Amino acid sequence: MAKRSFLIPGVDKRLLIKDSIKTMPDVSRRRFIAGGASLGALTLLTGCDVIDSSSAEEMLKQVSKFNDAVQAFIFNPDALAPTFPESAITKPFPFNAYYDLDDAPDVAGADWKLEVRGLVDNKKSWTLDELYKLPQVTQITRHICVEGWSAIGSWTGTPLRDFLKLIGADTRAKYVWFQCADKDGYNSPLDMRSALHPQTQMTFKYANEILPRAYGFPMKIRVPTKLGFKNPKYVVSMEVTNDYKGGYWEDQGYNSFSGS
Amino acid sequence: MSSLTVTDEQVSAAPAKVIQPAWVRIMHWVNALAMILMILSGWQIYNASPLFGFSFPREYTLGGWLGGGLLWHFAAMWLLMINGLAYLVTGFATGRFRKKLLPITPSGVLHDVRAALTFKLGHDDLTVYNYVQRLLYAGIIVVGVLIVLTGLGMWKPVQLYYLVALFGDYPTARYIHFFCMVAICAFLVVHVLLALLVPKSLRAMIIGR
Ligand code: HEM
Repeated sequence: MAKRSFLIPGVDKRLLIKDSIKTMPDVSRRRFIAGGASLGALTLLTGCDVIDSSSAEEMLKQVSKFNDAVQAFIFNPDALAPTFPESAITKPFPFNAYYDLDDAPDVAGADWKLEVRGLVDNKKSWTLDELYKLPQVTQITRHICVEGWSAIGSWTGTPLRDFLKLIGADTRAKYVWFQCADKDGYNSPLDMRSALHPQTQMTFKYANEILPRAYGFPMKIRVPTKLGFKNPKYVVSMEVTNDYKGGYWEDQGYNSFSGS
Repeated sequence: MSSLTVTDEQVSAAPAKVIQPAWVRIMHWVNALAMILMILSGWQIYNASPLFGFSFPREYTLGGWLGGGLLWHFAAMWLLMINGLAYLVTGFATGRFRKKLLPITPSGVLHDVRAALTFKLGHDDLTVYNYVQRLLYAGIIVVGVLIVLTGLGMWKPVQLYYLVALFGDYPTARYIHFFCMVAICAFLVVHVLLALLVPKSLRAMIIGR
C-alpha cells in the first residue's frame, strides 16, 4: 500500500469513507447475515448444511435480545466512563457516517427547533437560543465505534437528565427516542436508565466551539456508555415513550442496547 | 479421513486404556467449533476498520457484513466462554492440568524441540505429553484466557473498566485481542498438521482410545 494518512492510529481516512459506503443501507444485506462463501467453509467442516440462513438468523436475533438483557442487567447507573485530560484528545476527531461529509445535514440554526413529544408535561419546542441558556458541562471521553476504532473528544452541553426533569418527563418510561435530520431519517432509541446516566449529554459544543456540521450541528446526544451509533447527531426531536420504535442501525441488526 | 478407520487389530485389543476422557473430547470439539466461529466473525469485524494495512478475504469471514459478524461474535462467545469455563474448572478439579501439563522445564522443552527437529520425538505413549506439547497446550490456554478477557473488556469498557485497565486502554486491548487471534491461528495450523501426522492422536480425540 502506498502512503496512508492516519487520522488516528490504525484508522485509515480512506477506509473510513469506504466503510461508510460499504455500510450503506442495502435491502439485500440482511439476508446475508448467515450467508456468504464462508458458509461453504463451515458446511465443509461440519459435513452438513447446519446453518441454513433463516434459522441461523432467527437464532442470532434471539441471542442478540438475550445480550440486550445481559447488558441491561450489568448496567451500573453510577459507573462513569473514564475521562481524559485535554492532551489526550484525538486530532482531528474523525467524521463518520453512512454518507460523505458533503451530504451531511446542513441545518439552519435559526430555524431549527427541538421538538419534544410523548410522556412529558411540557411539550413546548425549544429554540437553540433557549437551549444554549441551560447550564452546561464539559466531558472528555472516549467515543467507541461499532467498527472497532475509537477516538477521544471533548463535548459540552446539558446533562440529558436535567433536561428531562425540566420538561417533566415520565422517567419511568422505557425509552427516549431520537429522530434526526440525516437523509433517510436517522433515529435511535435510548433506554431510560442510560438516558438518566450522569454523563449522557445534549451536546452543543465540540472542543469548546459551537458543534460543527461534521459532528452534528445543532445538537448531538453524547452517550459515553454507548457505542457511537447510539450517539445521534443532527437531532430534531425527542420522544419519551414506552414503545420500542426501532432505530436506523438497530433495525438492520446492530445490537440494540450496544452499551459500553 | 481414511486414517480414522479402525482396523480389526485395534478393535480386538479392546478394552484399550482411555487416552482422552469423554469430557475432554466433547469440550475439545465444542471449543474447536466456537473458535472457528469466533475467528471467522472476528475477521469480519476486523475488516470494518483494519488495524493494519490489510483485510481478510471476504470468503473467509462470517456474517456477510459488520452487523452480521458482530451477531455471530457475540453469540458464539457464550459457547466459547461456557465451554471454556467448564474446561478450566474440570481441568483443575480433576488434576488433569497438573498431571498432563506439568512440569514444564526449560531443559525438557529444549531437549524435545531438538528431538522433534531431528524427527526423533516419539509418540509411543499418547497419554503422556512431551515438553513441547505441554508448553504449547499450557500456552494456548493462557492465550485463550487473554483473548476472552480482552474481548469482554472491549465489549463493556465502562461496566468492566477494570478489565480494560488491566491491559492499559481500549486500543491496547484491541491490539492484544488481535495478536491472541494470530497466536490461536498459528497454533491451529501446527496443531492440525501434527494431529494429521500422528493419526492415532486424532483418533484418540474422537473415540477416546
Ligand atoms: C468471550 C470471548 C470474546 C469476546 C467477548 C470478544 C469481543 C470482541 C469485541 C468487543 C471486539 C471488537 C468489536 C468491535 O470492533 O466493535 C472483537 C473483535 C475481534 N475479535 Fe473477539 N471476542 C472474543 C473472543 C474472540 C476469539 C476467541 C477470537 C479468535 C480466535 C476473536 C477474534 C476477534 C478478531 C479477529 C476481532 C477483530 C479485531 C479488531 O479489529 O478489533 N475474538 N472481539
